[in-house]
Amino acid sequence: MPNATPGSLVAFADAAPAPLAPWAPGRLVALFRGDLTAALAAVTLVVIALAALLAPWIAPFDPAQTFDIAARTQPPSATHWLGTDQLSRDLLSRLLYGARLSLGISVLAVTVAMVIGTAWGAVAGYAGGWVDRVLMQVVDAGLAIPRILLLLGVVALWGTLSMPALVLVLGLTGWFTASRLVRAEVRATRERDFAVAARATGATPLRVLVRQVLPHALTTILVAATLGVGQVVIVEAGLSFLGYGVAPPAASWGSLIREGRALLGTAWWMSVFPGVGLAATVLAINVLGDRLRRVLGGQQLHAP
Amino acid sequence: MTMPSRPAAGEPLLRVHDLRTYFHVGGAVARAVDGVSFDIRAGETVGMVGESGCGKSVTALSLLRLVDPPGRIESGSRIEFEGRDLLALDEEGIRQIRGNRIAMVFQEPMTALNPVFTIGDQVAEVARVHSNASRKAAWERAIEMLNLVGIPDPRDRAKSYPHQLSGGMRQRVLIAMALVMNPSLLIADEPTTALDVTIQAQILELIGDLQQRLGLAVLLITHDLGVVAEVTSRVLVMYGGQIVERAPVRELFRDPRHPYTRGLLEAMPRLGRQRDRLAVIPGTVPPPTRWPSGCRFRDRCPFAWHRCVDEAPPEYPVAAEHSARCHLVDDPSRMKVASAAGHS
Repeated sequence: MPNATPGSLVAFADAAPAPLAPWAPGRLVALFRGDLTAALAAVTLVVIALAALLAPWIAPFDPAQTFDIAARTQPPSATHWLGTDQLSRDLLSRLLYGARLSLGISVLAVTVAMVIGTAWGAVAGYAGGWVDRVLMQVVDAGLAIPRILLLLGVVALWGTLSMPALVLVLGLTGWFTASRLVRAEVRATRERDFAVAARATGATPLRVLVRQVLPHALTTILVAATLGVGQVVIVEAGLSFLGYGVAPPAASWGSLIREGRALLGTAWWMSVFPGVGLAATVLAINVLGDRLRRVLGGQQLHAP
Repeated sequence: MTMPSRPAAGEPLLRVHDLRTYFHVGGAVARAVDGVSFDIRAGETVGMVGESGCGKSVTALSLLRLVDPPGRIESGSRIEFEGRDLLALDEEGIRQIRGNRIAMVFQEPMTALNPVFTIGDQVAEVARVHSNASRKAAWERAIEMLNLVGIPDPRDRAKSYPHQLSGGMRQRVLIAMALVMNPSLLIADEPTTALDVTIQAQILELIGDLQQRLGLAVLLITHDLGVVAEVTSRVLVMYGGQIVERAPVRELFRDPRHPYTRGLLEAMPRLGRQRDRLAVIPGTVPPPTRWPSGCRFRDRCPFAWHRCVDEAPPEYPVAAEHSARCHLVDDPSRMKVASAAGHS
């Protein structure tokens, strides 16, 4: 089981003011210069993302299509590159569609989480005082409960989840760390001279927050989102592995691993290929997230 | 040097009466600004001088109600501006004043600009705060302002980020931001402190020039009497959260009455006055939670006698528009005694 706490908060690096706008293209180029690992991670991720996006066009078969009885649980062959499962479905096609599900769910869930986390942390950090205390106590409570437990609790209450519900649940349980990071960034930035100067020009608190302060939290949010996607891929896989994820016949990588688990001794390909896909994706995301943080000077976040 | 400002046209633009801004921190009360009263007339440049910790900056922030908790403007304080009671306005009301009627220029031109936006964006942003000007119109206004404050090639320069500009240029940008809405009062808090001497002179000249052209009133806050001498018409000397002496600038230099003012003048380096060492005022400003009884300067004052311990000095009038918060004005004989006793 992957470590399910939603990212532990570690030491804060002393974030020096960025000399360049965070979105200046030059800084992203610097990310890969002379860094083979990062370049490899980026290529891996681009390939997987493209495969997921283009699954309907590049998959050799319909992932739900079954063949005759002789084609069941076949090892990789010229027709079925990654073999077939016990219902004779083509594993490569299922894997491609699975990537679509796994990554799609994760990206959407992280988007939900980042929107909530940013808003929550920004309000807490900017308002300060009792608002901050109350909002952060909610976050502390959220962080105190292991995410996977929270998820299992929700799933146990509702039974199987539709995909939008799954996205929502993953998003709603994944914003705590991000909100803390954004709060810290906002608190530090709101005291800086330009924020005070903006208040002196008559800008409303919301305007100061959105136009002056939040842009400085952008890199932090970006890094947190990147690492968050990796995390959610794993959490979603975990849920699906336990049978609480997407409903069959749709299958994310976690579901595929689950299906192959019983046949691990005889049909290794059924769980190994989705497992490799999962590991490669998460590894690539974590490497990239870490490099992003270094280049953009965001705060210290641990890869899950 | 700028000409003395035009005469008062009726009511003063800004009237501050008994301003008290206290910070309530864990039972203690820091009386950072403690009973400050002054007027600024339209088009006039007033200097506010004092060491760090004397309450200058808090006074400036108080005028725009930008003091954050635990700081508080105490009841009984009054700030009237263009006939309105600023302390009675609601949040929206004071926002209409900030940046629009009263603008502020901060000390550090590096940190007062947002490093992630171009200077054009930042100047334009002020226009967009106060009017529903289109993005394009605000940008044009920004370029106009950058041109006004003497930034060469404003159309190109507007696309620069703050770190691409020199300190002097950045200070010009801050001034441009302050003047976008044609305010009637500019508060400049140590606008030249972070700059090289030659750039300082240019910025002061710019402020003086704009003040003349735009009929702007300026409250110039500084610890540097040299700056005050160059551009202001009247000076307020602050110490311990109070105004200890106020006078027209020439009179202040010719006839300073408060020992603190004298100390500041003697501490000024001057050409043609050979000295081994610059005079310094002994001691430091006491913490604002523990002002001494009586006169707040008495611990550092070479003339202090028992009256200074027993009795807080009121502002004694010296001449027209000149007063000093010192018992010596009331009892000048003490000064002669002390001077004869060998005070340099």
